[in-house]
Amino acid sequence: MTQTETTDQNDAAPGAEEINVAESGGGFRAYLIGYGLALLLTAASFYAAQSDFIYAPAIISALVVLAIAQMGVHLVFFLHITTGPDNTNNVIALAFGVMVVGLVVLGSIWIMGHLHENTMPRENMTREEMLQMQR
Amino acid sequence: MLGKLDWSAIPFDEPIPLVAALVIVIAGLGVLAWVTVKGFWPYLWREWITSVDHKRIGIMYIILSLLMLIRGFVDAIMMRTQQAMATGGAAGYLPPDHYDQIFSAHGTIMIFFGAMPFVIGLMNFVLPLQLGVRDVAFPTLNSVSFWLTASGALLVNLSLVIGEFARTGWLPFAPLSEIEYSPGVGVDYYLWAIQISGVGTVLSGVNLVTTILKMRAPGMSYLRMPMFCWTALGANMLIVAAFPILTATLAMLTLDRYLGFHFFTNTGGGNPMMFVNLIWAWGHPEVYILILPAFGIFSEVFSTFSSKPLFGYRSMVAATLFIVVVSFTVWLHHFYTMGAGADVNAAFGIATSVIAVGTGVKIYNWLFTMYGGRVRFDTPMLWAIGFVLTFTVGGMTGVLLAIPPADFMLHNSLFLVAHFHNVIIGGVLFGAFAGLTYWFPKAFGFRLHEGWGKTAFWLTLAGFVLVFVPLYILGLQGMTRRLQRVTVEAWVPWLDVAVFGVFVMALGVAAQITQLVVSIRRRHELRDETGDPWDGRSLEWATPSPPPHFNFAVQPHVEGEEAYWDIKQRAIEEQRLGDEPHYEPIEMPRNSPTGVVSAFFATLIGFALIWHIWWLAIVGFIGAYATFVVFAWRDETEYEVSVEEVAEADRARRAARQAWLEAHGQTA
Repeated sequence: MTQTETTDQNDAAPGAEEINVAESGGGFRAYLIGYGLALLLTAASFYAAQSDFIYAPAIISALVVLAIAQMGVHLVFFLHITTGPDNTNNVIALAFGVMVVGLVVLGSIWIMGHLHENTMPRENMTREEMLQMQR
Repeated sequence: MLGKLDWSAIPFDEPIPLVAALVIVIAGLGVLAWVTVKGFWPYLWREWITSVDHKRIGIMYIILSLLMLIRGFVDAIMMRTQQAMATGGAAGYLPPDHYDQIFSAHGTIMIFFGAMPFVIGLMNFVLPLQLGVRDVAFPTLNSVSFWLTASGALLVNLSLVIGEFARTGWLPFAPLSEIEYSPGVGVDYYLWAIQISGVGTVLSGVNLVTTILKMRAPGMSYLRMPMFCWTALGANMLIVAAFPILTATLAMLTLDRYLGFHFFTNTGGGNPMMFVNLIWAWGHPEVYILILPAFGIFSEVFSTFSSKPLFGYRSMVAATLFIVVVSFTVWLHHFYTMGAGADVNAAFGIATSVIAVGTGVKIYNWLFTMYGGRVRFDTPMLWAIGFVLTFTVGGMTGVLLAIPPADFMLHNSLFLVAHFHNVIIGGVLFGAFAGLTYWFPKAFGFRLHEGWGKTAFWLTLAGFVLVFVPLYILGLQGMTRRLQRVTVEAWVPWLDVAVFGVFVMALGVAAQITQLVVSIRRRHELRDETGDPWDGRSLEWATPSPPPHFNFAVQPHVEGEEAYWDIKQRAIEEQRLGDEPHYEPIEMPRNSPTGVVSAFFATLIGFALIWHIWWLAIVGFIGAYATFVVFAWRDETEYEVSVEEVAEADRARRAARQAWLEAHGQTA
């Protein structure tokens, strides 16, 4: 791919995003940077989990942070999500997807947790628990 | 060699499915023989089966849907007559085992193979025309989607004669659908038919979202799109977001049944309630996938037949997007009684009541569209007005059921059955019929017969009321759904009224078939010469009827909210058409057998997995992959339509318009 040719016209889907090589997320060099960052973050996760470099109770939080950073690297360097005006559709689609997944996952956890508390009465229930169920 | 399949799979001892299957097989063979004798195969193969034209694919979707609607209606007739006959100790004519399959097949077929292909077919046909483009974003993918849907429909109907269908209802709730309680192939038929057609539906959703977002005519900004495009965008966004939930849920049930997993079992750490939770997380968006396109059709119909722009266009867009988002926050109202506490039930009850506000906005917008307009009562408008009346009743009973304490009394009753038929028949089906009558002249070049259309409308409306008002009353009296026999004498009179109503609805179906036959026979007097039979307002009416395969000779430039209405008014004012455009050759996608061939292999895979014929499944997978590779290695993707052909088609259109303009100018 040359610097001027941005997409392969023979294989372009209708409405395919133009990948601008000048942007931080475009071009072959960006794939290499993204690959390097992704490897770095993966290695950091393994290191964080196995060493005592991080305060032990905070390791899980650190892993969550590294995972989100990993997602960010993938979105920017491999899926070419940018803040550019030609990228609005992709950003909205991402936001909609995140919202739906969030609603379904959080909603399911909430619902199933509640079902767990309100199903069949157990043996040896305390009076408080019985009252709790009737509320 | 043949897995679980042997002669015992054919129900020789059950005359009803056997005779029904024989009739279908003989009729099918008859049609095939007729096509062969007449030598139609090359034409069908070239122009329809391998076609990637969105109009042809849309029409095939609707033909599939009409056949499946009739199949589902036959199931409905059997259920209503069984309940009316199996009273006072009588057994009726359907044994429980068979009755359970019938109500399961009725729901499955009506939703997945009746309603879904109907709305997807209409969107396929109309969207590119309304957006002013020549095809959908991925034409061959569109063909794949259709044929995968047809493959699923074939599998469901195959269960009639080879094996059995699920006895678990239209959503196979665990643990009843687990291998321990449903050891037969019925649930497997359901699973593979829905998974295969579900792939088709998701691909179709991706395709249409891309088409709307990326392929509009120059000048058609989002807020200049016709309302139908907006509601179709909403519906297809919901397809893309919700159908993966269905696929994943059914895949987990499949793993339970085939490989001994324990996602939804009672034992081994599984939780059957998770199945109910997940299936409805798809199931509620699904009802909006069906109704949103119908809302779009009604918006077009109300505006066209009131001779006015749609009232409150922007509020309509907002209401549509509101419904898209909120439809993902109400799914628990399908299982209030499963055991969640008051907090959860109240939250979802409030969300359910709130979503009705979006629909309420739409209802008022349609009423205000009619207000002050010159309303023409053609058949599509009758369906639309019938919709507003019946759908409002259905919506109100829905809001009633949204209140958790009321739902504890009414859940699982015929009141619920009456409610969802009220919104699906009164909403989706009336919308589909309105759309069918409205766009039929665009598709085939002649109108449907008005007299028979109106007869069909009044019979269907009357039959609908006669069936479902008794069911509401029976539900309030405590009759539960899915009863194979009825032991309470007081319910019998209402069941008899409902059977009478089904008979009236059957007359409505007969009137629709008659309408089609009469219209085809009298097509010359019903001919639509100008391409604009209803005095329409959006771009599809700018094309001749039927449109050429490339839709538009020159891409239209959109300059306002009602693209075609502006062009038409300017032509009438100036008493002349615009100047003849400069024609250029057009590139169109080549036809491809990829869709039908991959669906053939998908059917093989499905059938093989249902019957545990593993070698055949492997053959199917290899075949499907080979089809994909062959398609990916294609050299020529497009062909060129010559300038002469484009110019000839467009000059004919312009001549018809000129003739209309001259006639119109004299009268105006």
